[in-house]
Amino acid sequence: MSETATSTAPAEHSPAAATAPATQEMPLARAINLGLRHAMEADPAVMLMGEDIATLGGVFRVTDGLLDDFGGDRVVDTPLAESGIVGTAIGLAMAGYRPVCEIQFDGFVFPAFDQITTQLAKISYRSRGRLNVPVVIRIPYGGGIGAIEHHSESPEALFAHTPGLRVITPATAGDAYTMIQEAIACPDPVIFLEPKARYWEKGPVPLNDPARPTAPQGAPGFDAGAVQRARVVREGTDITLAGYGPTMRTLVAAAQAAAEEGTSAEVIDLRSVSPLDVDTVAASVRKTGRLVVAHEAPTYFGAGAELAASISAECFYHLQAPVLRVGGFHTPYPVAAIEEDYLPDLDRVLHAIDTSLAH
Amino acid sequence: MAASISSHERVGVRDEDAAPRPPAAPQAGWPSDPGSAATTGENPPPAGGFETVQLLTPAGDVVHHERYSPWVEHLGAADLQGMYQDMVKVRRFDQEATALQRQGELGLWAPSLGQEAAQIGSGRALASRDYVFPSYREHGVALTRGMDLGQILHLFRGQDHGGWDPAAHNFHLYTLVIGSHTLHATGYAMGIQRDGDVGTGEPDRDRAVVAYFGDGATSQGDVYEAMVFAAVNNAPVVFFCQNNHWAISEPTTRQSTVPLAQRATGVGIPSVRVDGNDVLASYAATAEALRRARSGGGPTMIEAVTYRMGAHTTSDDPTKYRSREEEERWRRRDPIDRVRALLRAEGTQEEFFTGADHEAERLADQVRSYVRALRPPERETMFDHVYASDHSLVQRERAWFDTYQAGFVEEDQ
Repeated sequence: MSETATSTAPAEHSPAAATAPATQEMPLARAINLGLRHAMEADPAVMLMGEDIATLGGVFRVTDGLLDDFGGDRVVDTPLAESGIVGTAIGLAMAGYRPVCEIQFDGFVFPAFDQITTQLAKISYRSRGRLNVPVVIRIPYGGGIGAIEHHSESPEALFAHTPGLRVITPATAGDAYTMIQEAIACPDPVIFLEPKARYWEKGPVPLNDPARPTAPQGAPGFDAGAVQRARVVREGTDITLAGYGPTMRTLVAAAQAAAEEGTSAEVIDLRSVSPLDVDTVAASVRKTGRLVVAHEAPTYFGAGAELAASISAECFYHLQAPVLRVGGFHTPYPVAAIEEDYLPDLDRVLHAIDTSLAH
Repeated sequence: MAASISSHERVGVRDEDAAPRPPAAPQAGWPSDPGSAATTGENPPPAGGFETVQLLTPAGDVVHHERYSPWVEHLGAADLQGMYQDMVKVRRFDQEATALQRQGELGLWAPSLGQEAAQIGSGRALASRDYVFPSYREHGVALTRGMDLGQILHLFRGQDHGGWDPAAHNFHLYTLVIGSHTLHATGYAMGIQRDGDVGTGEPDRDRAVVAYFGDGATSQGDVYEAMVFAAVNNAPVVFFCQNNHWAISEPTTRQSTVPLAQRATGVGIPSVRVDGNDVLASYAATAEALRRARSGGGPTMIEAVTYRMGAHTTSDDPTKYRSREEEERWRRRDPIDRVRALLRAEGTQEEFFTGADHEAERLADQVRSYVRALRPPERETMFDHVYASDHSLVQRERAWFDTYQAGFVEEDQ
């Protein structure tokens, strides 16, 4: 099947792409699709599983076209059972495959929560490293798309609280392309959270970035450091704004708005929620003395709380103000009609910046 | 022996030997009558045409079954003696482990007493290239896989969450979350399909997977999903359910109003119910299911009707929920007694039985010394293998812990 895939793939996807321009502009969803394709071309053990991912190409079309090129053994429409998807993926991983599961929406991951937390996350530990289960679980997450219940949630803290899982989330098309391949190459289970509200935002994609090569586990190229490294997306001196995934666009906009008022904000895309790159944030906070962290998930026991605690411990004498959090409230995700008031928007981030600077 | 196993004429299905007649079926809702199936722990009455296949009666008589007898006809005296020896061994091992728990050497033990035939019979039908996903009571299956049984005790001593290399004997680690591993079994079988190791006809290539679970597990959604995924993928997996009648304190009637074998019917998986205290029936049904799976015929479910003669674990007290009379009834259907009776009738000498007992005693001695010599792991190992790749948080916490511990050393000096 993989031979077929290579021969029938469009020119831009073929190995000849090595001579093509280094970057290409495309939407985030398309970047993930391309990342999946390249991972499947590189390693015949990589396979995709999920509901409606094969014939339909996924409800967001992230896996569009992959069935045609890789066949039904590698792009599998599963029964409608999330625990079954993850549980069988674990068995496939034990048999030497590298399954990439799609959970259709964030709110539907919970039937699989037992398999993810009691099995997937613990098999390396339970077997004392004799078994690796390199399963990637792709979850479109976050709100702001006017959806009905269970389609707008941000469950990252639940997974980050589970030892044994990595939790990563791209904010841009370029990172989406690279990070999905890193997730697949990673020997550990990875929860790969896709900001669904950003699926159609275009960005430059580094098609062949030699600095971040991808390869199956064991082969040179997999770099755990890269997977868990935050990125400073905008440098500044007065305050640090940290976030990830769908919130990044808001933080960059807030930094621009703050700049117009004379405030220089440094913006950090954490990219990994487990582990958090505390060092990168701490280095920034030692410079700025202030930190605002934002995410869509409820702030209570959220990633922002963890970052605030870590930064308070690491940078106590550098802080000019308490670390402030901007995020969802301790309510179920509200109805679409009022979701804009729930989500951390530009005004709330600017309010937090003002509050911090007032200290 | 091959001749004698098939020589007895079978007259009908002798269900009266396999299980007492259960009370009348509950008509609606949950039965609450103290004498009803719900409180006696007996199986619900057969329905949907499920007989209980039996090839060896509790009295040790071989009976003929048109479909399943051919699967044991090739077994000779040495095979039957081997089964007997395995059953005696694992019973002695189980007894020793229970004693070790009472002596404080183990934190907990899950006894397999009474389930030896289901485990040894099915386990001996497996080839080494097949893969097993056990629950946590499959000590007999572990023995048939060639496992060093002492390794099982690491888990129950609180020294390891696993204890052995699953790849060494194609025997996965025990899984404690009920039914979770059945999905892993189906997934592994889907991997075998993708490896192309199904239906090739090459005798040393085609492989299958067996998932062991109990009556309680059949209520878990994961078990249903495992069967659904196996069915639609035609995966080479055998679902081997030991219906030992009790999920801790809950009788099978709290799990199902129909025979457990019927669970598979709605999924489209063929199923069979066997006398799980009959090592030959357990062997035959598993051998048949394995051949179907390996040849590309898809999954099978086997319900082996047996009885958990011991407690759920050493922390359990069965006198709270079941009667001595019920236990006594099952003692009369002991899985080992009937093999001994058959072997004796076929001319096996007393020295063999004495020898088997000595072997079992030697195993118990070995296990006892092995366990007592086990030392707890170093505390720092708690950070090992959380991840297969470097995870900065674990590295950070480990470094902190090392420094913290080193502080104590300095104070001591």
